[in-house]
Amino acid sequence: MMNDSQAASPTSPNEPTAEVEVRGHIIDSLILPKVLDLITSAGGHFEIKDISIGEQRTDPSHARLTVTAPSDERLQEILNAIFDHGAVPVDQYDCRWEAADMDGAFPEGFYSTTNQRTQVRIDGKWVEVADQEMDCGICVDPAHRTARCVPMVAVKKGQAYVVGHRGVRVFPPQRIDAAHGFEFMNSAVSTEKPKSVAVREVARELFQARQSGSRTIVVAGPAVVHTGSAGQLCELIRRGYVQYLFAGNALAVHDIEQAMFGTSLGVNLDRGTSVEAGHEHHLRAINRVRRAGSISRAVEKGIVSSGIMFECVRQGVDFVLAGSIRDDGPLPDVITDVLKAQQAMRDCIRQAGFCLMLATTLHSIAVGNLLPAWIPVVCVDINPSTVIKLNDRGSFQTTGIVTDVAPFLHTLLEELDRQESQA
Amino acid sequence: MARILMCPPEHYGIEYEINPWMNTQRQADHALAAEQWSRLRDLLESLGATIEQLTPVAGLPDLVFTANAGMIHGDRVILSRFRHPQRQGEEAVDAAWFSENGFQVERLPEEHFFEGAGDALFCGSTLFGGYHIRSDAAAQQEVGRLVGCRVLPLELVDPYYYHLDTCFCPLTPTAAVWFPHAFDEYGRRVIRAEIPELIEVQEDEARSFACNAVVVGSDVVTNTGCPDLHRQLKAAGFTPHETPLSEFVKAGGSAKCLTLRLDGEEAATW
Repeated sequence: MMNDSQAASPTSPNEPTAEVEVRGHIIDSLILPKVLDLITSAGGHFEIKDISIGEQRTDPSHARLTVTAPSDERLQEILNAIFDHGAVPVDQYDCRWEAADMDGAFPEGFYSTTNQRTQVRIDGKWVEVADQEMDCGICVDPAHRTARCVPMVAVKKGQAYVVGHRGVRVFPPQRIDAAHGFEFMNSAVSTEKPKSVAVREVARELFQARQSGSRTIVVAGPAVVHTGSAGQLCELIRRGYVQYLFAGNALAVHDIEQAMFGTSLGVNLDRGTSVEAGHEHHLRAINRVRRAGSISRAVEKGIVSSGIMFECVRQGVDFVLAGSIRDDGPLPDVITDVLKAQQAMRDCIRQAGFCLMLATTLHSIAVGNLLPAWIPVVCVDINPSTVIKLNDRGSFQTTGIVTDVAPFLHTLLEELDRQESQA
Repeated sequence: MARILMCPPEHYGIEYEINPWMNTQRQADHALAAEQWSRLRDLLESLGATIEQLTPVAGLPDLVFTANAGMIHGDRVILSRFRHPQRQGEEAVDAAWFSENGFQVERLPEEHFFEGAGDALFCGSTLFGGYHIRSDAAAQQEVGRLVGCRVLPLELVDPYYYHLDTCFCPLTPTAAVWFPHAFDEYGRRVIRAEIPELIEVQEDEARSFACNAVVVGSDVVTNTGCPDLHRQLKAAGFTPHETPLSEFVKAGGSAKCLTLRLDGEEAATW
């Protein structure tokens, strides 16, 4: 039987790796099997990243491998040994760059980033890429040996951008390992897993984040209010578990409507019945906040005296409300320019260490696109497709908990009580 | 008609040690070397070959081994990049000769080592490339890319057989002489899979440079001391010839090393 760890993928994400390529008639000459044999017999592992076999007899073939070894020394020994047989490290070159020839667009052939940790080689030295984000370009400053991800819209003419893959290395996605608390997850979406275990892990993560001073983002949809869970989110905020709130106009509107009228979209949240003229409540709520000038001014004036937004203002939680075309109002705090909203979220993300997404598909995906792969994400949604969509878009670090948000928050607070009392 | 480049041994001698055969304490007999070289030249001429001469240069004792000047492909020559500094001085001399004689001289990137026909031999349209001791595997792939042919790099594992032409000699597009122990298991499998008619050389004759043969038509010229190979060659329809080359064996070379076929080897079909 084939031993998986022998045959292919690296065993631990923390083991040193290097990417190499082998070119030529590597199949007929048995050079490729020889290189692979050398790697495994020296205690390393390999993963064939891609391989192309020449069609005609004279056409060369090409293979790109990731070599992993238990230590840097062993990796170097393996690289030296296979170098002899023509396996050349891909990253023996500096990255190449070109100056942007216009604002708002990369040079042709730009290197398109992933959300994974990335380094570029400048003057023979590996430089960490800052502000890691997927679907960006890498802007380099060769003089200062710095590099950072920049989205297309922020490109300025004359900036230097990495082109091609040479001299760029991406670290394999780190599966959230046992040390990080999410060992209960073998599959990203857990409809069939015991929820209490999952919630306990989230509680532990939140608690550790608060203890260590790391910042947590909550991305929340209006369902948090509709389902009557605003109080629990408020409690999380009051207890210092939330540092950033990302949402849309709707969450804030329904939360403030509830604070003012006790209804959400005209439905009394305590009794579950429609209130007369209740459909007007949310517009009246928006109007009052607009008259005050902002949510924080409305809180100061006592117009809003409870709810999620109230707690955010009182606890100093930074919130980013991103607008959409179907918004009523919107509230004065809503950023209607999506690019500005994205940038506001980026500014918060740079400081964050954990992200909890509650019952929102579009905002979850939008935030997922901005997060580097090493920030763990827990996505709670009654609809498994939200988590699947996040994964499909490359936010592989997402752990999904398929459940209604109300029982989730209820259990989460109970677990936090337990964690706090044990601490 | 076969055209062969040779370099008279005027400045030949064991002046350094860059392979296990060389020992500066065991000098070549200069007069005898000159006589052996002349006899080889005369033998090749008698077999119908035209001999071109490279002018010897003082301080470059191994210039006599013209097989290492480069690899010929049509009117192109891929110039050698010698691994040892002692031989790197030969590159400019070789390049000048090739240019003056109508060859298009091409050089490999500086990071590669490549020792010409010593390590690059066509059998049919496939280039067999020796590597590890003198040439690089990556250099062989680069040569293949330059001339657009299939290259099968073969690792040489015995320091006594430091060039491919000391342990492997294509005779025709489908036949070759070889000494299997000079290769690792991968290389042996490749040669067995690729070449249908193989003549195996015994170790004592391999040490007499039996594989370092010059092939002109169906004539095969070797050093003396290879009776078993000669018997096998006759049985396979070739005409073997021997000529003493003991003074060049002291430097790790023999018949093939002393020659460079300028019009393409008999076994090459490009």
